[in-house]
Amino acid sequence: MTGAAVAGIGQTRYAKNLGRSEVDLAVEAIRAACADAGLPVRAIDGVVSYHIEQVAEVTLQTTLGIPELRFMARTPSGGGGAASLIGLAAIAIGSGTAQCVVAFRARNRSKAASYGTDPNQGGRPWAKSGNKLRDVRQYQHPFGVASPAQEMALIARRHMHVYGTRAEHFGMQAVAQRKHASQNPDAIMREAITLDDWAASRPIADPIRLFDCSLENDGATAVVITSLERARDLAQPAVSVLSQVQYGAPIHTELSTFFATTAAFGERDSGAITAGRRLFDTAGVTSADVDVAMIVDPFTCVVPLALEQYGFCAMGEGGPFIESGATRWPDGALPVNTHGGSNGEAFVHGVNHLPEAVRQLRGTACNQVAGAQIVFVCGAISDPSGAVLLGADR
Amino acid sequence: VSGPVRPDPTDRDDVQFWAALQNGTLSIQQCASCATLRHPPRPQCARCGATRHEWRPVSGAGEVWSFTVIYPPTLPAFADRTPYNAVVVRLDEGVFLVSNLVECPMHELAVGLRVEVVLTRAVAGADTDDDLVLPLFRRV
Repeated sequence: MTGAAVAGIGQTRYAKNLGRSEVDLAVEAIRAACADAGLPVRAIDGVVSYHIEQVAEVTLQTTLGIPELRFMARTPSGGGGAASLIGLAAIAIGSGTAQCVVAFRARNRSKAASYGTDPNQGGRPWAKSGNKLRDVRQYQHPFGVASPAQEMALIARRHMHVYGTRAEHFGMQAVAQRKHASQNPDAIMREAITLDDWAASRPIADPIRLFDCSLENDGATAVVITSLERARDLAQPAVSVLSQVQYGAPIHTELSTFFATTAAFGERDSGAITAGRRLFDTAGVTSADVDVAMIVDPFTCVVPLALEQYGFCAMGEGGPFIESGATRWPDGALPVNTHGGSNGEAFVHGVNHLPEAVRQLRGTACNQVAGAQIVFVCGAISDPSGAVLLGADR
Repeated sequence: VSGPVRPDPTDRDDVQFWAALQNGTLSIQQCASCATLRHPPRPQCARCGATRHEWRPVSGAGEVWSFTVIYPPTLPAFADRTPYNAVVVRLDEGVFLVSNLVECPMHELAVGLRVEVVLTRAVAGADTDDDLVLPLFRRV
């Protein structure tokens, strides 16, 4: 037990082209999370976000009228840090540095807005990098490899070669998540798809197809973390942060290092494998105790990788695990991304997976896993990343 | 952004990598103390901690470690080429490079193909006379 708990969750509508600034969206989500918790916005004294976040802490402080901001921290890379946001907040709470920490992500980067040149504004990678390359991109862009889909395709193909994973396994996860999304009123994609629909969706970077990809949309998500003791006196059932880990690991944007030093799977040890053991040991539970998993999924091909590395199945068994139906709600042994994930509900860099974890433990999810007691959440596995275990406080 | 994308290194080690290609050699940074190769170039050997390094010409022989076929959307400079392949090659010396496989039909792409480097004059710079030399690969 970290001594911290998620006390409130909030989100805006998720849609393409909301036509609102990221500050505007962030404020709505944070206010909603505080209202959900039954806390005044002015109670916030800590803010955690991604290093790519465009809404500055000082902007939130002055906009929300936060009297004293005692803790500010950001996680490296994008969706790799989704679970780590809760981890950072738990550290701040546990150390007494802050009493009430908000973790959030705001995006305004759907198609119409996605071609900006701000380095952190989202949009197409090449729109931001220019023609002259001075960082690690100089070793990939001249060969036409520039987007996360293209990079992840090279990782996924290696996994297929080593373990016999098939592209259809990624498709099956896409189908499962779209089914979940079809029952989620907040999801952008409300139509379920079949595996044939997936196979007919256009290729982006073989083996990745369009329906494997995260959506491009606007929206913001926030969660409020306090001490477990305080959360018990607030408006909602407390959701305990049982354990948290972070790990450094090479990222898909630097494939030479990615393949040389660790792998996204067990050809060599990877950060997630050892971090996962720490996560479960600290909480005193095993992967078999987990009722629901939120796996941040920029592309569906990361789901089997995460399932394997965190020990939900053996190395190389991620594809067959999905094929068995294990990740599907309601009958699967480990329903994954019950809100519809990044290809179904929305893409908020995975932060929208956090409220769903909380809803499952409150018993209020649209695709509720009956009696869920422990939820696993991990960030995107091809980045420096992290994970948390959340537990119902009952 | 349109037109060719090209390295424009400012880091002294990156400069060396591309300059060697201009001079007709694929060279990889090598620790002067423990002889470990590293790529992309870095100011320190992650294995032994030494900072001194040399540039070691490598054979250019290796195998396809992974591959993909890329469809739109992609870099504007590559839009006319879609679908095109991209590969990760593991050089026999143990270093990994992102590249493209030339003269290989899509259906023959495979992990494990033996390949050799082809230093290819790719594009002239928009504001320079220097050609960009890329380490591409072909089957052997």
